[in-house]
Amino acid sequence: MARKVENAKKYSPKLGKKELELLTRLSNALAVSGDEQEVREIVYEELKEFKDCMHTDAMGNVLVNREGTGNDRVRVMLAAHMDEVGMMLTKEDGDGLFEFVVVGGVDPRQLVGKPVIIGRKHIPGVIGAKAIHLTTKEERERELKVETLRIDVGLNGSNLVEIGDRATFATSLAVLGPSLRGKALDDRLGVFNLIQLLKNAPENIDLLATFTVQEELGLRGAKVAAYHFDPDIGIAMDSTPANDLPDFDGEENTRHNTKLDGGPAIYLMDGATIGDRRLVKWLTESAESEKIPWQYRQPGRGGTDAGAIHTARAGVPSVSVSVPQRYLHSAAGMVRIDDVLNTLKLMHAALLRLDKNILNPQERK
Amino acid sequence: MNFELLPFVKSMISVAGLSGYEEPIRDVIAPVWQELSDRTWVSSHGSLHAMRYGEAQEPRPKVMIAAHMDAIGLMVTGIDNGFLRITQIGGVDQRILPGQMVTVHASNSGEVVELPAMVVMPPAFLLPKDGSKGSLPQKYLLVDTGLRPKEVEKLVRVGDTISFATEPRELSGGTISGHTLDNRASVAATTVALDILSRRKHLWDVIAVATSQEEVGGIGATGSVFEVTPDFAIVIDVTFANGPGGGGVGSFDMGKTVALTWGSCDHPALYEAMKATADEYEIPVSRDFAPRGSGTDAYDMQIAKAGIPVVELGIPLRYMHTPVEVVSVRDIKRAGRLMAEFISDLPLDFMNNVKWE
Repeated sequence: MARKVENAKKYSPKLGKKELELLTRLSNALAVSGDEQEVREIVYEELKEFKDCMHTDAMGNVLVNREGTGNDRVRVMLAAHMDEVGMMLTKEDGDGLFEFVVVGGVDPRQLVGKPVIIGRKHIPGVIGAKAIHLTTKEERERELKVETLRIDVGLNGSNLVEIGDRATFATSLAVLGPSLRGKALDDRLGVFNLIQLLKNAPENIDLLATFTVQEELGLRGAKVAAYHFDPDIGIAMDSTPANDLPDFDGEENTRHNTKLDGGPAIYLMDGATIGDRRLVKWLTESAESEKIPWQYRQPGRGGTDAGAIHTARAGVPSVSVSVPQRYLHSAAGMVRIDDVLNTLKLMHAALLRLDKNILNPQERK
Repeated sequence: MNFELLPFVKSMISVAGLSGYEEPIRDVIAPVWQELSDRTWVSSHGSLHAMRYGEAQEPRPKVMIAAHMDAIGLMVTGIDNGFLRITQIGGVDQRILPGQMVTVHASNSGEVVELPAMVVMPPAFLLPKDGSKGSLPQKYLLVDTGLRPKEVEKLVRVGDTISFATEPRELSGGTISGHTLDNRASVAATTVALDILSRRKHLWDVIAVATSQEEVGGIGATGSVFEVTPDFAIVIDVTFANGPGGGGVGSFDMGKTVALTWGSCDHPALYEAMKATADEYEIPVSRDFAPRGSGTDAYDMQIAKAGIPVVELGIPLRYMHTPVEVVSVRDIKRAGRLMAEFISDLPLDFMNNVKWE
């Protein structure tokens, strides 16, 4: 089904100093759903060479229409979301203290005792907790509700931040041996990989790169972007849980969703999309022939921007490819560098062998 | 000042030094105290002692300042598929642990390797029913070093300590945030006192002690009382500050006061004398009530040897025993100055005043 690639340019992505610097900026940026400006700025800066075919739409999505040069080019929409889960300050509660709400799916248990940053200036603050000395055992067995927590920016700090400001964890990206530990890797890894793909885009396709907003609030940015592009196929590049931790009583963990070191996770089905079978086959065959490790994401719940893209207009065959990640939506996620690079490698290899035959209905069987 | 206060505080809260494993923090304090004292030495329990000789003829009376330097933290109890299982050293609220950045002091290779890591909460389906909601018992939490299982087995062994890795950050209004400001804020205040005293006359011998193992029960401080045999002691620790999780009696405005403890551990005559010094030098103090004894080194020092008179100072601190404790630098300076004024004003016959009615 896929076209034969002869003498194809080998693409061997690396995480060198320059790449790590970009990923660090992306991960450390504060871009809570609905306020993606910081990441939008990085995308614009990185993609200067595409300024003539790049624009920001009504919702804040950054859309890049990179046309190829071959004949019969497939118009491929690749989507990576810029937004992250986080918090918004809602009420002042004394000198430098603020009530807040969470934006997106954050387990309140992840908030306690964390350093945070607030607003465009990244004003430092903390989410504290009552001293253990003043708590009872019963109290410690209950989780702390968000309503009882406060963001504290320090004495006389009330004029440094404002209610309405977004906040997120004050985590800096770190390399831990073969892994990366950082916040918002869901989905700054996708943003990073999409930037790399644009810069190394195969000529046989039109690459409709989409840096989306508000994914964490219900795939909202991707919906309008897909309408705009009206692509032939859609692919969400996201990050998915690797629940590959040991079971508490030593039972085998068979519900890991994905595993670190397993390579890019290809979706058959999640809560929002049944992956187009032709695209799943194209991806797995590409991985096999390039000897890139890959894994199926265990079919289950959850959703990516593919959920919005595949129902755009008259329908767009879509699939998702994710980097497996532990501890999403907390102060820091953990990924393997190899999985990030293999995801990039797979996407590049697959795009290189993509032609219109893939949309032949016969390929569905 | 002969030392830079804020950088010193930051350097102290950038290192580990868990109870019983105080070397890293002792190594940060020792060079500073060496400059501000006549001699320093380390006790059998690992407390750091710094002696400033008084100007009076021998035998001179001696005052001991005790500020504990040890930190609460975690310890490895097992390795499970490359993940570490943990227990606690000192009082750690299990609710502050998930998602916390930590450093594993891995010793299995023969030397100590510092591994950045994080405490993680497994997904609900990997936990028993009672562990899937509410606050998660510590026995179900894991530590992930980001290393592959083989590498973890090679580097880490049961008993390795795990310290908090939250970086020091300056917050608004002259406050600073980080882990283990309990009680390195007080070590800083003691250093301020030593610094002032190094430019003053004082008749008494002054022995500053950065005590070990306070978080597990006044172990280092007790030993130091036997070794130093002070006439009386000043214990300085942190106390609760107003703010989220604080408030009410026994809680004080950060940045505005030094707490002076009034209770069963504190000799009333020393309390009155310290209060008088504070009033004389216009240093704002507040009374902290500890009728059943306070949870500081004072509790154990008071009953060491034949018993010694103790007075306690407290620096207000928010979010005690979390890795984002907050303290006001102004309070640290104030507490240091109060101790220095008190000590430099001590007459040789001061103990004649420390009497029961």
